[in-house]
Amino acid sequence: MTTFTRGFRGRRRGGDDRLPPGQYLTEDFPVLSAGPTPDVPPDRWEFAIHTETGQAHRWTWQELMALPYETPTVDIHCVTTWSKLDTTWQGVSLDVLFEDVETAAEYALVHSYGGYTTNLPLEDLLDGKAWIAYRYEGEELAPVHGGPARLLVPHLYFWKSAKWVRGIRLLTEDWPGFWETAGYHNYGDPWREQRYADD
Amino acid sequence: MSADYLDGNALAGPLAEIFATDVSAAVGRCASCGLTGPVASLRVYSRAPGLVARCPGCEEVVLRLVRSPDAAWLDLRGAVCLRIPLGGP
Ligand SMILES: [Zn+2]
Repeated sequence: MTTFTRGFRGRRRGGDDRLPPGQYLTEDFPVLSAGPTPDVPPDRWEFAIHTETGQAHRWTWQELMALPYETPTVDIHCVTTWSKLDTTWQGVSLDVLFEDVETAAEYALVHSYGGYTTNLPLEDLLDGKAWIAYRYEGEELAPVHGGPARLLVPHLYFWKSAKWVRGIRLLTEDWPGFWETAGYHNYGDPWREQRYADD
Repeated sequence: MSADYLDGNALAGPLAEIFATDVSAAVGRCASCGLTGPVASLRVYSRAPGLVARCPGCEEVVLRLVRSPDAAWLDLRGAVCLRIPLGGP
């Protein structure tokens, strides 16, 4: 379907000016994990958006697969200082999932199978900036990389791209997530090198 | 799964920077399931932005440690209490 390309095709820039400060380029895809890899078979998978008024919007795996998808090519930046350029994904834009969600909330708390959480402003999930991704480099997303589905928010450090994503809770007040409560920056913009809470 | 985590002795060095004593021998109780054991018996996930030590019984987080160039953040909320052995009189 829609192909979303972030980058500089045609007038291609070299690797260096696509590399945020303090990052190095890697070709492989390091596995980072704060806990055991949860086993989430697609037939038991569910994704939900909970609004601040208590409304829930839910999708089964089959329902997610039936939604229009995009195939973004994006650069990803991990706070542990590796960056990887031109990674290719397939997933559903959050704009599609939020189509029928009525909310006045400004904050989102993303939660995952296995208990992980991460927070970000709702606007950073919208307008073509985020996806629920379920394929990587043409293949099913491997469990160690967050399969069956992970959040993909490539403009922020990759800890915001929650693996094994399960849902999003919309909040009127910001609520810091797993790494954000343990010294990491609340927003995490790699271009401003917002690694730690006091950066 | 075997290579996913290290044992709690991996915490000894990083915590030695903060505590004046070897905390890996300290005995704590998991706030989630109540399992009691030495810090050295925790499962430490180190391929992450910080160290995450989980209970070997219930896999809940017992301790987290994040180190930046000039500060450390230590979260012990998953541990009810640590009994830290100290030298007698
Ligand atoms: Zn426990």
